[in-house]
Amino acid sequence: MSGWRDLRSGWLVLALALFFGAALAGVHRLLAARIAANVLHETLSQIPALVPGADGGAPVDIRGRTVYRAEAAGRTLGWVVPSGGQGFADRIDLLIGLDADGSTLTGLYILGQKETPGLGNKIIEEPWRGQFRGKSTGQPLVVKKGDPSSGNEIRSVTGATISAESVCGIVNQTVAEMQAALAQATREEPDR
Amino acid sequence: MSAHQPTAAERFLQGIIPENPIYRQLLGLCPTLAVTNGMRAAMTMAGAGAFVLICASVLTSLIRGLLKPHLRILVFTLTIAAFVTIADRFLAAYMYAMSKQLGPYIPLIIVNCIIISRCEVCSSKQGVFTAAADAGGVSLGFALALASIATVREILGAGTWFGLRVMPAVWPDWVVMVLPPGAFLTLGLLLGGANWIRAAREKRRGASRAA
Repeated sequence: MSGWRDLRSGWLVLALALFFGAALAGVHRLLAARIAANVLHETLSQIPALVPGADGGAPVDIRGRTVYRAEAAGRTLGWVVPSGGQGFADRIDLLIGLDADGSTLTGLYILGQKETPGLGNKIIEEPWRGQFRGKSTGQPLVVKKGDPSSGNEIRSVTGATISAESVCGIVNQTVAEMQAALAQATREEPDR
Repeated sequence: MSAHQPTAAERFLQGIIPENPIYRQLLGLCPTLAVTNGMRAAMTMAGAGAFVLICASVLTSLIRGLLKPHLRILVFTLTIAAFVTIADRFLAAYMYAMSKQLGPYIPLIIVNCIIISRCEVCSSKQGVFTAAADAGGVSLGFALALASIATVREILGAGTWFGLRVMPAVWPDWVVMVLPPGAFLTLGLLLGGANWIRAAREKRRGASRAA
């Protein structure tokens, strides 16, 4: 019985939720293509920084996901793989730079994040994300509090261990899924 | 409820200086401290805040007859969240670099107390025109407050205003002013100055009345 009373007094909340949901869906339809174009533009502009020596890149579909072939004078120098996963506050979206055979990370860029300002959002800064450059993909990366001692360790972010571990986890998983396929795609290239 | 409610014109003017959301009510200080290191970011925040405040106030006023006392905060939050999401997507589409720079501060407008306080104080009780005037006045007050802080911080900290060089080349940029401590220093000093001016004016008014 009290259920009906709740529904009678709460109908406005339900109606507004439906109305706003529909309105946001409409806004998304209008703007999604433009936002995707902005993200694509940023991705392409980051390729030279993520794969040193590359002067541009082109999207390729490998194993059902879009990756970017980083090229210089028509030769594949490496790969930029967009990836993402859950962070502390919201989704974290990354661009992972790998060399041609996927054996070494050549760079990391944070495409989107909403981590805590001043703590978790330190992941976007070069001193932190630059640590990934030159790491071997032979074994998974682990987050270490304090100074890293061995080759596969990444320094944590003080006060934001979850953000740091999220990024490492996304990188490890993406590398595990894509490395073999990327190396193969490089080998199959006609002019190598 | 009191019989007398302020008129639209009173609401509009009150929001700008006499009841300025930052300097008089000390609301919305999180974005005030966080995004005032430059005029561009501050004015984008002021614009997004104004959009959300005006839309949420008008809509709240339209449905004010249907509000149930115990569900009103839920309705306010839902309304504000919807408009904040629209503002966030719009910035990501048309001002992508700024959207990335402001990061979580645009979604955080949802919890900006300036907006929910206007819903509670004015738009859930008064007509659409008054609610819109109130939201416009408070938005203007918010924008002026952000501009005053951002102007001091950007000029002293980076030697620029809206990204244009205004200080002579010999000016050594006070980098601390664009960093978080500069936000607290500037807000504290400007707030003190605003209170000092107000106290001085009241004293003068009291003196002239006594004479």
